[in-house]
Amino acid sequence: MSRVLPGGVPGREYERDPHPSGDMPTVSPGRDAASPPPRGRRRRAGTVSTRSARRGRRIRRGFVIAALTVLTVVFAYPFIWLVSASFKPRGEVFDNALIPKTFTLENYLSVWEQAPVGLWLLNTAIVTVLAAVTVTFSSAMVAWGFAYFRFRGRGALFALVLGSMMLPGAVTMIPTFLIWNALGLVGTLTPLWAGNLFGSAFYIFLLRQFMLGLPRELFEAARVDGASQWGVFWRIALPLTKPALAVTLVFEVQAVWTDLMRALIYLRDSSTFTIPRGLKSLVDAFGFGGEWHWEIIVTASVIATIPMIIIFFLGQKQIIQGVSTSGLKG
Amino acid sequence: MTVATPAAPGLSAPAPAPDRRRARRRARRRNLFSALLFLSPWIIGFVVFTAWPLIYSAYLSLTDYDVINDPNYVGLQNYRDLLQDPKVFQAIGNTIFFTVLQVPLHVIVALSLALLLNRAGRSSSFFRTMFFLPKMTPPVAVGILFLLLFNGQNGLINTVLGWFGITGPSWTTDPAWVKPGLILMSLWTVGASVIILLAALQNVPEELYESARIDGAGFWRQSFSVTLPMISPALFFIIVVNTIAGLQTFDEAYTAFFGAGNTTYGNDAALFYVIYLFQQAFTFLHMGYASAMAWVLFVIIMIVTAVQLLVSRRVVYYEGEGPK
Repeated sequence: MSRVLPGGVPGREYERDPHPSGDMPTVSPGRDAASPPPRGRRRRAGTVSTRSARRGRRIRRGFVIAALTVLTVVFAYPFIWLVSASFKPRGEVFDNALIPKTFTLENYLSVWEQAPVGLWLLNTAIVTVLAAVTVTFSSAMVAWGFAYFRFRGRGALFALVLGSMMLPGAVTMIPTFLIWNALGLVGTLTPLWAGNLFGSAFYIFLLRQFMLGLPRELFEAARVDGASQWGVFWRIALPLTKPALAVTLVFEVQAVWTDLMRALIYLRDSSTFTIPRGLKSLVDAFGFGGEWHWEIIVTASVIATIPMIIIFFLGQKQIIQGVSTSGLKG
Repeated sequence: MTVATPAAPGLSAPAPAPDRRRARRRARRRNLFSALLFLSPWIIGFVVFTAWPLIYSAYLSLTDYDVINDPNYVGLQNYRDLLQDPKVFQAIGNTIFFTVLQVPLHVIVALSLALLLNRAGRSSSFFRTMFFLPKMTPPVAVGILFLLLFNGQNGLINTVLGWFGITGPSWTTDPAWVKPGLILMSLWTVGASVIILLAALQNVPEELYESARIDGAGFWRQSFSVTLPMISPALFFIIVVNTIAGLQTFDEAYTAFFGAGNTTYGNDAALFYVIYLFQQAFTFLHMGYASAMAWVLFVIIMIVTAVQLLVSRRVVYYEGEGPK
């Protein structure tokens, strides 16, 4: 059995060299391959720590927590300020007080009067759901093709997948626009998600990595029991891949919800705008166009951001896990 | 119709019968067919949305094309024009200035935060969440925040600077301060890098520190001989990804300084390469010229990434045979 990319395959932990320093013999006679070898030095239990050392540690920890608290305030402040500004009347937007001197809901009402924000939210939701579902499904299919089947040229084909990840979007941007233009779909929401029908290299890579870690015996057994190739994928592999599918879904939701450039290229009419495109049009209309109406822009920004924050808190575990693994397998 | 029977143990295997070989070949072909069925979305997508655009964009870069009329072949004229377009050079200069300053700062800030979080123990998950949150703000909203917080007269940043007796610059209008401001703003969204680095830090085996301590290594020695090499793959990943993203900066600067139809509202200090490319393509409909610009960007990114990969071979340490 050939194992491509050994790292990241669950269940292989024990095969790692327990002596990374390299000065220990790797092969020791009499070691049973099935039983995990003894770990290196263990943290000695009951190390004597004097009271002053313990106090020093507590002070250092207190310092760390204090520093983090200050930094958290710095990081949270712009956002809190934005929300607070959305409740301030026109003249006070730039007032830096965190609690509005005059509290008003007027801005939220006037945003809805000035622009079809509800429609923008709906458009964004439609595009986002379609994009995330299609890209997750098709990427999973392709990832399964790479993870399960062995055929000649598989390595080269997968290298092509990885290579296409490096391609800057600017190079394909114009011909892609021309394709949608030729199909008469410029001005509709379709170009914003339909490209996702074909999977995306990064997610294919991510999902394949995960699928390689699933026990192959399970799939062989299902085949022997008479399951079709599709059945193995649909009924066995896909349910087992759920954690990785969740990561893909959430990543794509974030990417599509915030995407400005594609919306700028493809959307013409205000009634088809997504939230980022709509926000940009508000900046153009109430900012650069003439007299600044910051309260409208600020309030719309809050409306655009809230759904993302909700999604973050719903998918927090998946997002954090997904992000923390993505940097390690390069 | 013959059923292949496995050779009895102890006997040498019989020569493969021709129809057995045929059956195996048929099985292999069926296997390849199912594999291709699963791969088909990507294969179709690759041909239609990557391979063809790549070829067509190379062709367009040799033409004049405004979408309405047919492309008109002009040879290398676009590339020659490019070399004489002061705005291209300004855009390249802006982009490099931004990237060269932003990437190291981003890494320093992310690493500092990750190191602090790594020390925070149980409470770190709360702080981690808070640092990640700005990443969920749409870039357009970040661009808007930039205009507000960095406003020269009454923006929050200058108000805070005022408390310390510093008169802040006019971040959004003074060409010298537009990019530094945007860099500061971009540091707000380091959250993802922090999480990647934190995960890497938590994966460093405790044993390594203990043996280093026994060998008499102090804090700094441990940091440079254990921590840094062990997290170098994650650091490298962040540097590469951020460099590529930095060279393609668009959303925030476009929101704050440029608008549809008009060339520019603010000033050209924020004219980044992809913004200029976008304007050429979709505002002026110079599709050929923009395609040439895209290829120049492609080449620049390839060179930068290749250099980073070469350097990484000497600097980045991978445990065992591959990154863990």
